[in-house]
Amino acid sequence: MAVELHVNGVRHQLDVEAEMPLLWVLRDELGLTGTKFGCGVSSCGACTVHVDGTAERSCTLPVGDVDGAHITTIEGLGADEAHPVQIAWIEKQVPQCGYCQSGMIMAVAALLEENPSPSRAELDEAVTNICRCGSYQRIHEAVDGLTNV
Amino acid sequence: MGKWTRRAFLGAGGLVGGGLALGFAFAPNRMTILSGDSDASTAELNTWLTIRLDNTIKVIVPHSEMGQGTQTGLPMMLADELDADWSTVTMEQAPATETYANNDVARGFVLGDTTLPESVSRMLDFSLFKVAQIAGLQITGGSASIRFTGQLAMRRAGAAAKHMLLQAAATRWDVPVESLSANESIVTHATSGRSATYGELANEAALVAPPVEPTLKSPSDFTIIGQSQPRFDIPAKVDGSAAYGIDIQVPGMMYAAIKHAPVFGASFQAPNVEQVKASPGVIDVIEIDGAIAVVANNFWRAKTALENLELLCVNGDGESMTSAQIYERYAEAALSEDGSYDADEGDVANAMLGADKIVRASYQVPFLAHAAMEPLNCTAWVQNDKCDVWVGHQNPLGARKSAASAAELPEEQVTVHNFMLGGGFGRRSETDFVEQAVTLSRKVGAPVKLIWSREEDIRQDRYRPAVANHMAAALGADGMPTAWQNSYTNSGANEPGESPLTQYAIANQSIKGVDVSSAVPLGAWRSVGHTQHCFFNESFVDELAAEAGQDPYEYRRTLLADMPRHRKVLDTAAEKAGWGTPLPEGHARGIAIEQSFGSIVAQVAEVSVDEFGQVKVHKVTAAVDCGIAVNPNAVDAQIESGIIYGLTAALFGEIEIDEGCVVQSNFPDYPMVRLQDAPEIDVHLIDSGEAIGGIGEPGTPPIAPALTNAIFAATGKRIRSLPVSKHDLA
Ligand code: FES
Ligand code: FES
Repeated sequence: MAVELHVNGVRHQLDVEAEMPLLWVLRDELGLTGTKFGCGVSSCGACTVHVDGTAERSCTLPVGDVDGAHITTIEGLGADEAHPVQIAWIEKQVPQCGYCQSGMIMAVAALLEENPSPSRAELDEAVTNICRCGSYQRIHEAVDGLTNV
Repeated sequence: MGKWTRRAFLGAGGLVGGGLALGFAFAPNRMTILSGDSDASTAELNTWLTIRLDNTIKVIVPHSEMGQGTQTGLPMMLADELDADWSTVTMEQAPATETYANNDVARGFVLGDTTLPESVSRMLDFSLFKVAQIAGLQITGGSASIRFTGQLAMRRAGAAAKHMLLQAAATRWDVPVESLSANESIVTHATSGRSATYGELANEAALVAPPVEPTLKSPSDFTIIGQSQPRFDIPAKVDGSAAYGIDIQVPGMMYAAIKHAPVFGASFQAPNVEQVKASPGVIDVIEIDGAIAVVANNFWRAKTALENLELLCVNGDGESMTSAQIYERYAEAALSEDGSYDADEGDVANAMLGADKIVRASYQVPFLAHAAMEPLNCTAWVQNDKCDVWVGHQNPLGARKSAASAAELPEEQVTVHNFMLGGGFGRRSETDFVEQAVTLSRKVGAPVKLIWSREEDIRQDRYRPAVANHMAAALGADGMPTAWQNSYTNSGANEPGESPLTQYAIANQSIKGVDVSSAVPLGAWRSVGHTQHCFFNESFVDELAAEAGQDPYEYRRTLLADMPRHRKVLDTAAEKAGWGTPLPEGHARGIAIEQSFGSIVAQVAEVSVDEFGQVKVHKVTAAVDCGIAVNPNAVDAQIESGIIYGLTAALFGEIEIDEGCVVQSNFPDYPMVRLQDAPEIDVHLIDSGEAIGGIGEPGTPPIAPALTNAIFAATGKRIRSLPVSKHDLA
């Protein structure tokens, strides 16, 4: 199927199976490897991207369903200037192995867009991504810092 | 990471364009070095440090970065001894082949490839040889990087370079070296007011003979060690540019998905291979040892085609195996009178006879998977006379050895390009996935990126062993233990050897392991044997305190009377957690302490259990004595990490076996602690000035018993088997 995607402001026309998950289109067809594969079943959030401004788990999202959509990946989030979430992540030294952090940052950035000062409970409910290195304490602190501004 | 080129170095000590290079020499035959009969003409210099004329300093780090901060901590140690200006220091990861240096990438890593000046080979004394061995093995595990590479190699390299720079300034200004001082990459002669930067002195310093035994600073003189520094690896981890093994793109690369026979040791028959081979994008379907792989031009196509393969599992000897049988067999085995003794002190039998009270308890912990966030993967390209491997690995040279054997090539013809690791926890020290990628590349004649699905990652792990034990203790009239007995099952993966020991002063002790077999493949899991034994030991001592009617913190404190470091750690955790102070209704605290990998960690968990039996961990307070904390913020992070890793295991972690297969498959049935379950964590570092301890692992062991001891305090229910989620606490 012919699909058109606007990824990080660049228009791509692709001929791929409609069922192919967006994750593998991004990684294997477009070479955008900042978006990660963690579980493939929408459970861990490592593959989180923004589809028309909303956080979505791309590993189970068929590319045919997002034809024409505007997609932002971690590579595009702070392309012009570092996003506040990225700055807070460096400031609080959040990442450890870092593998979950693309998805984590995309999920948090989307939440803050929608709700600039989420309560702790709202944050925990909205961001259910897994960090196997256990950077949760620092995520809490980094988001607290952003919402107190 | 920058690139090494062969022409990066001109000669011994000098850099093209000027500057100083310093490193350690290796000879192909290490025994020659050990016997002092070094053949300088074949030795090669392994570079650790360069100082350029523009005053920039680069440190080369031989360990992998898994997020533990090693690649920042090691340069800090070197820079401190060098009295460097930290803002000008950068790092680079060493290639995986430096000691053998037989390909273009690695050649640049050695300083010249022909002869070595005598001055360099003189640096090889015995302890440096040990460094060479550790660095040569390049294993990142056992919480060893900072402890060994940092202490033995990095600090010495920094101190040696400083000595050479001071000497160069003394010669240039014709003043005694004692009249000079170094600070922030500048050498100053106070009397005359002269000064020069390290960069300005680098060319002359390159001509100075390195000291045989450089003098190291005393900890009170440290200026960089002990001061939190931002980690070098973090900026690339927030913008998607950090490159993990799974991210490598090689021109012409194919993608492979793999499925292993679910019963350990079994294999597959696949009746519809030909049909699947005709699926879109599929290049080949390949059977390899106990598994079957589909190679395609995109990972999703490979994975989808694999799902369409009909697979019949055959020859599974273990196909009737279940977890219940294994636990039963282990519990029975641990009753045996036999076993190999870790401790056999005093007269336990006699002490039991004279006891005021005897306490007995049996414990059990399950198999656990690692589930590193980045699923296992490896990319390989085997060509006629060479093999390239791209992987994030805890043991790159081990990976190279396995790749060589799978490629049937000499090791010198294999290059391992080591990448960031999306978590390792011990799983990435195994090489099964490396061999598979090499085999697949050989078969299809192209570069192949093999990615395991999460399901394979969980079902084909090398598991943390399940262990069962029986414990008994004799209590005297004062309630304190006079004898301690522990008989546990040992399936061969219970390292390190000291992990079963009790840290408490008890006169009569009998601690022994009974060998048991395991059809379930086993491997190293963060903190290895300490995770099982700390749960057993710290639960049991808590039971003794309860039997004695004493406070569990005070009880431990009494038993640690002669162990001041332990006592201080325990006291700090208790005090910072407000031990004994009132808590909200329904909350309770539990405490545990463990020494592992040279560090001592105590934790207090504050929990509550609701009417439905749901456990909530509100707060964990940790006190840590790791000797000297090189990069305190990174140490805190590792303790936080270890606690969450151990908490996930304690609350939810169990790999169950049914009909010979692993039941769990992915995060929905192998659950993880997430943001909403994450407790507040409060870490306190104790600067004891003692030898530097490891930090990647010691945070993990105490959390399970701290948690279950707190649950006991809250509910009166003693949890003797993990995970907690299997117990009805309502
Ligand atoms: S990879 Fe998509 S949610 Fe885990
Ligand atoms: S930082 Fe490693 S999984 Fe989150």
